[in-house]
Amino acid sequence: MIAILDYGAGNLNSVKKAFDHLGAAVVVTGEIDAVAAADKIVFPGVGHFSTLRSVGQIGMRDALLQAVSTGKPLLGICLGMQWLFEGSEECAEIAGANLFPGKCQRFPASVKSPHVGWNSLTINGSPRLLHGIAQNSFAYYTHSFCAPLMDAAAACSEYGLRFTAAVERDNVFGVQFHPEKSGEVGLAILKNFCEV
Amino acid sequence: MLTKRIIACLDMKDGRVVKGVRFQNLRDAGDPAECAAEHARKGADEIVLLDITATSGNRGTLLEAVRGTARALFVPFTVGGGIRTIEDAAAVFDAGADKIAINSAAVSDPELIARIASRFGSQAVVVAIDAKKSDGHFEVYIAGGRIPTSRDAIAWAREAAARGAGEILLTSMDRDGTRAGFDCALVSAVSQAVSIPVIASGGAGSARDFIEVFHEGLADAALAASIFHFGIENIARLKGELRSAGIPVRWPC
Repeated sequence: MIAILDYGAGNLNSVKKAFDHLGAAVVVTGEIDAVAAADKIVFPGVGHFSTLRSVGQIGMRDALLQAVSTGKPLLGICLGMQWLFEGSEECAEIAGANLFPGKCQRFPASVKSPHVGWNSLTINGSPRLLHGIAQNSFAYYTHSFCAPLMDAAAACSEYGLRFTAAVERDNVFGVQFHPEKSGEVGLAILKNFCEV
Repeated sequence: MLTKRIIACLDMKDGRVVKGVRFQNLRDAGDPAECAAEHARKGADEIVLLDITATSGNRGTLLEAVRGTARALFVPFTVGGGIRTIEDAAAVFDAGADKIAINSAAVSDPELIARIASRFGSQAVVVAIDAKKSDGHFEVYIAGGRIPTSRDAIAWAREAAARGAGEILLTSMDRDGTRAGFDCALVSAVSQAVSIPVIASGGAGSARDFIEVFHEGLADAALAASIFHFGIENIARLKGELRSAGIPVRWPC
């Protein structure tokens, strides 16, 4: 069973629908027990970093970090991937999971923000999450803040600057784009997560 | 590299996709779920479903169409038409939309933009503007293009962005359905006035029109309906021509 984390912000229908389409057993839940009992966890998210406040308040943060430390696969999507870092300039008082270094930052003023649309992925190495995805495949983004570029990025994209598009370390995965809205490419990525 | 989006629009009346010229003389163009799936298969980067049913008494039909269309659609899906309150918006999101488009309701209650954005995020709020040339400026019309508001389209786009809109869907009423080309003067003026993406709409007739609206109109995305429904323009071929003209597009798709 894959738990899709519901922390009371945004619209989780699209993520659930994509997993349903792949035939995966999923539950949308805000219950700590249900998250702890799941085989895998998806941390979705859209909108403002401050919506992550409730993740800390309800004790979910500890449950997620505990799950990660026991080797349970976790996939952060968009804001969920940003949460894997130290934090975000969008809302400084909320701490991220600190699993990857650096803070998420605003795009430079030289480009329109939010970054909306299909952008190409430069894939580094052979991440399991992106298995079978061709170099320069397109994924759908919608966000105003982005994760810093780092050597360990599984993929990066460029918009005013180069930023981390996907991360992968052991059982922790993250994508800044929306695989549930990225057509066949996105469905293939979600399928890879189902199979790790 | 961020690509320019080609968006297929489905105008829907009483649960069926229709197309007219300047919102008049509507013709049947099919079932929304089937049309959306086919457009996505053929390379549309995004789907917009606009309910142009005049009365608001038939929300059930819209929500049913949204549910049916969203079920097997894995590209961004925007729904507009008759959304007047945050509850209307919530029902449409619940039925499977990723973004909502608001038009008349945003003009009469601009605070609505911020209310929906603060609950669902700015990325989920598209403010649709129907504009018509009048005395040297572009005037905003509401109620499906029936009522002039005396508001200036560029000033309104700027206000909508400041209030939390994530994108502007800008329709030239003068060009809508005519296939005479996008109104590049209108689109570039709005695109330069706001820092959020602008979707150009109204007038698409050929690949050249799309090239112009991206180059001269500074559009971030372009939307069309009739030319895609009736197979006049094949989206894959259109993207091939855009690529040859040096415009980045999602390819292959």
